[in-house]
Amino acid sequence: MSLERPRPGLPSPYEFPRATRVTLANSLRVIVAPIHRLPLVTVLAVVDAGACGDPEGREGLAMLTAAALAEGTVDRDGPALVDAFEHLGTALESGADWDDTIVRLTVTPARLDDALALLAEVLMAPRFADADIERLKAERLAELLQQRVEPRSLADERFSRVAYDASSRFARAAAGTRASVHTLDAAAARKWHDARYSGSTTTIILAGDVLPSPVQAMVERRLGAWARPVQPMRALPTAAHRAARAVHVVSKTDAPQSELRVGHVGLPRGHRDYLFVVVMNAILGGLFSSRINLNLREAHAYTYGAHSSFDWRRAAGPFTVASAVKTEATDSAVREILREIDRIRDAEVSEDELDLATKYLAGVFPIRYETTGAVASALALAMVHGLSDDYFTTYRDRVLSVSRAEVLAAARAHLHPEALQVLAVGDASAIEAPLAALQLGTPSVTNADEGDA
Amino acid sequence: MTWFRDRKGYLPTGSPSRFPAMRLPLDSYRLANGLLVTLSEDHSAPVVAVNLWYHVGSANERPGRTGFAHLFEHMLFQGSAHVSANEHFELVQRAGGTLNGSTWLERTNYFETVPSHHLEMALWLEADRMGALLPAMTQAKLDTQRDVVKNERRWSVDNQPYGTWWERLPALCFPSEHPFHHSLIGSMDDLNAARLEDVAEFFRTYYTPDNAVLTIAGDIDVSRTRAMVARHFGPILRGTGRPALPSMDLPRTFGAWTRDLVEDDVVVSRVFLASRAPVFGTTAYYAGSVCAAVLGQRRGSRLYRALVRQREVASDVSAFTWDLAKGSDLFVVEATARPGTDAGTLESAVVAEIDRLCGDGVRADEVARALALVETDYVSSMQAAGDRADAISKFATLLGDPSLVNDQLDRYRAVTSADVTAFARDFLGEDNRASLVYVPRPATGGGAA
Repeated sequence: MSLERPRPGLPSPYEFPRATRVTLANSLRVIVAPIHRLPLVTVLAVVDAGACGDPEGREGLAMLTAAALAEGTVDRDGPALVDAFEHLGTALESGADWDDTIVRLTVTPARLDDALALLAEVLMAPRFADADIERLKAERLAELLQQRVEPRSLADERFSRVAYDASSRFARAAAGTRASVHTLDAAAARKWHDARYSGSTTTIILAGDVLPSPVQAMVERRLGAWARPVQPMRALPTAAHRAARAVHVVSKTDAPQSELRVGHVGLPRGHRDYLFVVVMNAILGGLFSSRINLNLREAHAYTYGAHSSFDWRRAAGPFTVASAVKTEATDSAVREILREIDRIRDAEVSEDELDLATKYLAGVFPIRYETTGAVASALALAMVHGLSDDYFTTYRDRVLSVSRAEVLAAARAHLHPEALQVLAVGDASAIEAPLAALQLGTPSVTNADEGDA
Repeated sequence: MTWFRDRKGYLPTGSPSRFPAMRLPLDSYRLANGLLVTLSEDHSAPVVAVNLWYHVGSANERPGRTGFAHLFEHMLFQGSAHVSANEHFELVQRAGGTLNGSTWLERTNYFETVPSHHLEMALWLEADRMGALLPAMTQAKLDTQRDVVKNERRWSVDNQPYGTWWERLPALCFPSEHPFHHSLIGSMDDLNAARLEDVAEFFRTYYTPDNAVLTIAGDIDVSRTRAMVARHFGPILRGTGRPALPSMDLPRTFGAWTRDLVEDDVVVSRVFLASRAPVFGTTAYYAGSVCAAVLGQRRGSRLYRALVRQREVASDVSAFTWDLAKGSDLFVVEATARPGTDAGTLESAVVAEIDRLCGDGVRADEVARALALVETDYVSSMQAAGDRADAISKFATLLGDPSLVNDQLDRYRAVTSADVTAFARDFLGEDNRASLVYVPRPATGGGAA
């Protein structure tokens, strides 16, 4: 026990699974990453049909359509489709995020061909029955109703609204608002599917216990004939607008804690400073040992945890510091968060902090990609964001080469204290005056159900 | 590896190089001080998981100290004789590792996954806090972590819709003197009452090598790892024996239908219907686990089909067991109402499905569906070293035999539809139900209709 601290041994070699990429005659792309460990393969269908493309006023259409894919095909109703997948020991998950629609399943290789046949049916010939669409809409409306009393998702949703100009798609939830969900129906889903889903907008990714050429042939047999013209995706929303600093209180009577969100519009995933920002954020609030967490949790005990993040999208997603703090510490917590944001812009981080962040990011890489699902998701992300084929093999060296000067430059370029939006969901009667006393702006106070469109 | 191919002819896409078998290689042994060690070698990724389970949880707390086992878990990250506060986190993250700890009714676990060349550092950290925690404990650290835990309570229980179910359900299902009855996260009063002397006493009583299991899974050399374990954990002294828990035995069923109706700051009702069930690891436990899958796992389950899809009275349903190994397990069905459905209608709908299951029994194809999902989930859960190590530790701690991890698929596959029907009739009847029902508080429930 009093032994000297052990020194690390020699690292074992690591290589991110090598992917093979082919494009079929119908422009459908197939990416295969063999991982021969366990009898498992994860299949992803990534379709260029993200929520960013929702028609104005019909927000939520991309997500509704993606969810409805699992509700039946022309040949099988919902229960029959679910049964077919689950008897293969798998479950179809389908959903959309801002930049794409992803349909996913994990299955044993012995059942892969059957699963691909079903997946092809789902992609090419969805049922979109009125009853299923109406039920999915009702579930989304129920979720919106529940959000009023669920402080975490309420804070996230309200923060998007104050961080983005109302004209931005990002100001409204990807799954849609009450008003926009009411406008959706089966005809809209069918039209969206016709316009966006095709072999040419789809990539199939397989990661696991398979070899490239046989599974490429399998995919070709099931989806090789899927070709139809699709409309080009409309331009990404412009998210450059950055409001002046302001304070927002969402009232939740007698709340014992305040859910805090502090931040502003960030930068797009494709920005050349991406890696510098990732390292900077790890030091600021990304890690347990980050400045913000150690300050708010370990030094002051205001909270169970505090962290910062950049949400990486094709267009600029938000930068957010999030924490749930005890009511009486709400103003102090905001002050400390702002202090940490100022501090990381004032001077270079220490060599020790940089070392911790870069070694963590480089070292954790093989742990992050232990599963077929994680590898498939990484390949999907790389495809969606147009990252180079050697992105994952060079990642660890690149992150280790980030310098203190680059971190400081990233903090100065991409953190904007004058534009920070401070939002608290909590007991307004207890926190409004202390927040006002911070002199960041007069807090606006709204109720949880206010402004639900 | 033959286990998954018997349903259907094998296909030609696989590669010749494969996981040697679905059975994890296990090297289990005990140190002289009683520590049960299991090594599981696997070189598919250059990572290794170190996983320690201490056989102590909220069940071992004494009256007036609810929440202490969990508060103590926080203190284990506050340093030890040769490690400063929060340095444990820092060293593991600097090595490129992930880590955490968690507390449950019967156990507390601590775990890290690190690049394999940092294995010895992880073992040294765990050994230092098992062997020499107390020199680092201070009143200031206890006060800080007490406040952190209070914030955790506010975050996960008090300021969360339905958040109190974690403490209300066991309170409803276990008699007041039973060790599983009281709150795991603890009351604010009891957290306030925790003293530094309690930390010392709890540590000396329960954080001893003979009350712990250590599992190391991943990219290791077995003989070198055995030597490291001996070097770091060998010198730690055996404990003086933990006090016995009071009797955990309970009647097989509740004997009557009990209920708890809670008005909460929610907009739709939620129903938890719990039953006493055979403890983790028994033959009947596996029948119960398959029964939970038939009733409430994924969209093909009975409850999803009936309540979400057909009747549209629920937005979400699930069924699961708590995996308790002493006295009695809990089998729980959870259902959340759609707006416009009142709690009574929702509960009746859940009960109707359970009654139907007890009456008509389950079909073989329902069991086949459940087993197919269980198999894929099981193999998926063997992918990450941390998950493998945790599963091994679970069997080592709760059942005293790490090798049981390799029997799981066989145990599940042995379950027949007759077993599941028998389970339902024995354990899901009217004499063995407890309803915990959340309804919108009148002032806030305007939307619930």
